[in-house]
Amino acid sequence: MSYVAIADRDHEQEHHDPQTFITKYIWSQDHKVIAVQYGLTAIFVGLIALGLSAMMRLQLGFPDQFSFINPENYYQFITMHGMIMVIYLLTALFLGGFGNYLIPLQCGARDMVFPYLNMLSYWVYLLSVIILLISFFVPGGSTGAGWTLYPPQAIMQGTPGTDWGILLMLASLAVFIVAFTMGGLNYVTTVLQARCKGMTLMRMPLSVWGIFIATILGLLAFPALLVSAIMMLFDKTLMTSFFMPAISSMGADPGYTGGSPILFQHLFWFFGHPEVYIVALPAFGIVSDLLSTHARKNIFGYRMMVWAIIAIGGLSFIVWAHHMYVSGMNPYFGFFFATTTLIIAVPTAIKVYNWVLTLWEGNIHLRVPMLFAIGFIFTFIHGGLTGLFLGNVTIDLPLSDTYFVVAHFHMVMGVSPVLVVFGAIYHWWPKITGRMYNETLGKWHFWMTFLGTYAIYLPMHYLGFAGVPRRYFAMGNTEFLPDSAQDLNAAITMSALFVAATQILFFINMIWSLLKGPKSDPNPWNATSLEWQTPDHPPKHGNWGHELPECHRWAYDYSVPGYEDDFIPQNVPPDKAPAGRDHGEDH
Amino acid sequence: MPLAVVLILLVVGSLLFHVLSPWTFTELASNWGMVDFTVDITLYVTGFVFVAVNLFMAYCVIKFRYRKGARATYEPENKKLESWLTGLTAIGVAAMLTPGLFVWAKFVDVPEEAHVVEAVGQQWHWSFRMPGEDGKLGEVDAERITNDNPFGMDPDDPNGQDDVLIHSAEIHVPIDKPVKFLLRSKDVLHDFAVAQFRVKMDLVPGMNTFLWLTPTVEGRFEILCEELCGVGHHTMRGAVIVDSADDYDIWLANQSTYSELNAKSVGNADIGAAQYAVCATCHGQQGEGIAAMNAPKLAGQSAWYLKRQIMNYKRGLRGTDPSDTFGQQMIGMVASLADEQAVDNVVAHIRTFPDEPVEATIAGDVNAGAGEYRVCAYCHGKDGAGVQALNAPRLAGMSDWYLERQLQNFRNNVRGAHPQDYYGFQMGLMGQSIYDEQAMTDLVAYINTL
Amino acid sequence: MEIGLIALAIILATLLGWLLKQSFNTQPWVAEEMGETAHHGPLGGSSNTRLIALLTLLAVVTSFFALILSAYALRMELGDWVPMTEPQLLWTNTGMLILASLAFQWTRNGAVQGIASRLKPGLILTGALTAGFVVGQFVAWQQLQASGQLITDNPSNAFFYFLTGAHAVHILGGMYVWARATTRVMLGTAEGRAIRRSIELCAIYWHFLLLVWLILFGLLLST
Repeated sequence: MSYVAIADRDHEQEHHDPQTFITKYIWSQDHKVIAVQYGLTAIFVGLIALGLSAMMRLQLGFPDQFSFINPENYYQFITMHGMIMVIYLLTALFLGGFGNYLIPLQCGARDMVFPYLNMLSYWVYLLSVIILLISFFVPGGSTGAGWTLYPPQAIMQGTPGTDWGILLMLASLAVFIVAFTMGGLNYVTTVLQARCKGMTLMRMPLSVWGIFIATILGLLAFPALLVSAIMMLFDKTLMTSFFMPAISSMGADPGYTGGSPILFQHLFWFFGHPEVYIVALPAFGIVSDLLSTHARKNIFGYRMMVWAIIAIGGLSFIVWAHHMYVSGMNPYFGFFFATTTLIIAVPTAIKVYNWVLTLWEGNIHLRVPMLFAIGFIFTFIHGGLTGLFLGNVTIDLPLSDTYFVVAHFHMVMGVSPVLVVFGAIYHWWPKITGRMYNETLGKWHFWMTFLGTYAIYLPMHYLGFAGVPRRYFAMGNTEFLPDSAQDLNAAITMSALFVAATQILFFINMIWSLLKGPKSDPNPWNATSLEWQTPDHPPKHGNWGHELPECHRWAYDYSVPGYEDDFIPQNVPPDKAPAGRDHGEDH
Repeated sequence: MPLAVVLILLVVGSLLFHVLSPWTFTELASNWGMVDFTVDITLYVTGFVFVAVNLFMAYCVIKFRYRKGARATYEPENKKLESWLTGLTAIGVAAMLTPGLFVWAKFVDVPEEAHVVEAVGQQWHWSFRMPGEDGKLGEVDAERITNDNPFGMDPDDPNGQDDVLIHSAEIHVPIDKPVKFLLRSKDVLHDFAVAQFRVKMDLVPGMNTFLWLTPTVEGRFEILCEELCGVGHHTMRGAVIVDSADDYDIWLANQSTYSELNAKSVGNADIGAAQYAVCATCHGQQGEGIAAMNAPKLAGQSAWYLKRQIMNYKRGLRGTDPSDTFGQQMIGMVASLADEQAVDNVVAHIRTFPDEPVEATIAGDVNAGAGEYRVCAYCHGKDGAGVQALNAPRLAGMSDWYLERQLQNFRNNVRGAHPQDYYGFQMGLMGQSIYDEQAMTDLVAYINTL
Repeated sequence: MEIGLIALAIILATLLGWLLKQSFNTQPWVAEEMGETAHHGPLGGSSNTRLIALLTLLAVVTSFFALILSAYALRMELGDWVPMTEPQLLWTNTGMLILASLAFQWTRNGAVQGIASRLKPGLILTGALTAGFVVGQFVAWQQLQASGQLITDNPSNAFFYFLTGAHAVHILGGMYVWARATTRVMLGTAEGRAIRRSIELCAIYWHFLLLVWLILFGLLLST
């Protein structure tokens, strides 16, 4: 409640721009600056998580070779890598970063409806990141319970970081959820209330749709994580027994009775599964816009795409226990959750078909953002299809907890969204900075990232088939595994280190562009959506100068017959250009 | 254009990789061929979609790539096409789901004749229990678990008296008979997984879970814990040995029931004193250890550990490596201990020796050693006193030169390499990170300070 | 998890129903009259904007409490659950919270009808009653502690402390907004329309938390 009231402090500020450096770039209430702050912070922690993954890969590829990696810090690395990538990088970047930047611009608003709250959201997010980073340095180090934080081991001796690490982890998550809720209230309300004249829901670009639905999922799902985090904190500090049964730990009785570890898993995955779509839906939306723009063709089946986003969002709340087929929960749940899970494949497949059909009869410019978008389709198809293995309860029996799972979710939730992130950054970079990047360098970056990640994750599935379990510091001599499995691991490590190293190309490109890049055209891609039609380039505080734009058409009027240009911006009135025509029933 | 070529190459390459890959399902050794069948169906359906959609996309990229003056078609949607694709997808999904549900229904329905084995998990090893002739398992309770009652048995429960207790990470089962594994955890989550059997299930403290299978191939199949259970997760191994009916009966006859184990006499220190005379030549009259003889201190070491190591020598699990000169000597020496009772007696005698401090012979960087010891402390305790529940012997106050030699043996796979030496195997894996000379010296120097 | 799912289904159904009303199935590529579905508000929003933000927040809070109740229901089924006897004081507290809600409604009506003289006594009365509720809850905790019913004794106790604590935190959040509004009314710095909006929204929040409390209290009593 307090958030709402704080926000009404001042809402007429669009006419007096902030003056000093500090109000302009640090304590800024401009959604574009906040978006960049969110983005930079997320990428910063993401780089830390990338470093952690390099350490893990060193151990897996070349066990026994690096004395600075031991079982204790290995489990800490995997935990922090997962948690940072899922929550602090991807969630924050897609919603806090792209959500902040795109919602007001694409909806034709001057800013988020509660700018002060928006600013607060970033600073609270930063606080959660700082708490997270502190946990690396406390006695005992950060938690090593795996990013799923399953009790009892998350809070019992025998797991790294049970003194302080787990407390800071839970506290950081709670703070993150507060930050997310502040941001999320803003995004939802802005989409619902601050769209410009004529911007009906069905005229919104799919980016906004994806972010909007993902935000709703987040608002409803994150409380489950909060509840489980608080209850686990109670179990750890006050010795309650929400999740903790009577156990004998290392020969001693810690004093718990009667709790249920499965209860935690239900709560965790009630958040955890929607979380997958909190990351995926914005990526779906953004990639749709990239494809349409660079293929010079309207997105195929727009209405279907919107419905698919909504259907996936809704269904994502009733599939959570597919993460728990072999958890020991009532096995009869398996029938229900396998069915709902595989049903989700249908709307997801429709999205894939429509992306590909958008390319059909297009006029495809293979610029850097488009390369990333097509790369995304490829990896997403792969990751989506392997999801059909794991969602099917029977196939989960041999494959769960193996590297097949790791490969699957990295393909679908790691590589795919990250390709979209890069594509989106290349796409909107000229709008954000007013400068162009080096196209050749961008292409190199794409090829190395795309081929490199595929070389990591395609073979990794086969380690899973062979039966290599995930979260193993070392395999030792395991009879049923061929020795070549270790060679494969070494090859995967080489690819991983290669991909990690090539990301430097991206940063070189961006820094070069900021310093020396040529000034970009206000609308270099000839795109239709409103953010490319701002009066200033890059857009100033308040976005639209004196007059808000009016929206006269959907965001996909590309190559409209009878019009000279191959695109008609959303704010071009019908008397200046044809207003599209009804092609829906022609076929 | 390069993009389209690469897409096509990736599709072809992925297919080739799949066909040529030597990394695939291990040879099936249970009745769950239906699982493999379901996987195959899914592979065909998803493989088809993977190839079709990606090749179509590559075709689009070639055919409709940017040409000056070309213009895209304006086509908002195509209801008919979309309905067709939706329908076909739904059929494909149903084709994958149906066999899955069918097999799962079999999995949740345990055959009544299945014989029961309880697999008990704890950080970081396995043990097993089977009902005796009454076919009923006795009551157990986590709160009753002690070093002397590791299963947490209820001493007053008549059903439990004839339960067969297996204090080992190896369990035998007869071939071609369905077996139901009841799964119980003492502390945290674990997972009972055998790759060749295809099925797995978590162990959840506070409740019982299960899985069932019919083994169809004789042999030894490794059990891996596949649910993260702490820092020693990757070392939590065991084995299911599938025997012919006859071999199984022989094995079973050699196992002890709860009441038999309770009735077993403890070691007699007086009798042991006579046996110890052989040991005293090298290990000293008071078990103080003689470095010149390469014999470590025994006094103060826990009884369970001494017994296990003597038994390991006797069973050929330790000291068989040709480069382990001193271990080979031990094999000869322990031959004089006729049976388990003799071992118990001599261990009981060793326990009567005073625990005198030893002289440190190794110096190193104690601070660096403290860092190395953090991992060791999980099992051996912060004070190095050893923890029986974790099978971790005492380190502090024992012969330091011996510690260093054993670390070297573990590194060189001289010790812990025998497939049945599960605890040696654990040490081998856990210690991976400390196996450089300097780290070992520092570590032992630190242990000297404890 | 049924409780969580039901709450979620209601929230999502509401949203979906609203979306469907938004001329959802139009063909967006076809020309449309301007303005018929136009939707635009100034930055910072009309009272409508803030109402929507509040409703969104209430949806989040609903999800939060529904999930705790789901956990409650699941945990209750395990063997060691011993129902606890709630302190009698809770009845008094409940009465106070009901009165607080009524007082807020009375204040709100005054604000809407422009009866300025009602604002000060109304706000103060509401605040006092609400503070009384929070203090009363705290005293109830003290009584439980004194009678030896600690948080670790039984999961039913643990949930009692957790639920009442979480509810009280939300009340305190509301009190913060109430305090801001009251200060402005007292100092006379409030602009009429703004304060009216603030009070209207606050009243909704109060009723909502009362409803949450009645559900929690009913559940605690019945189990």
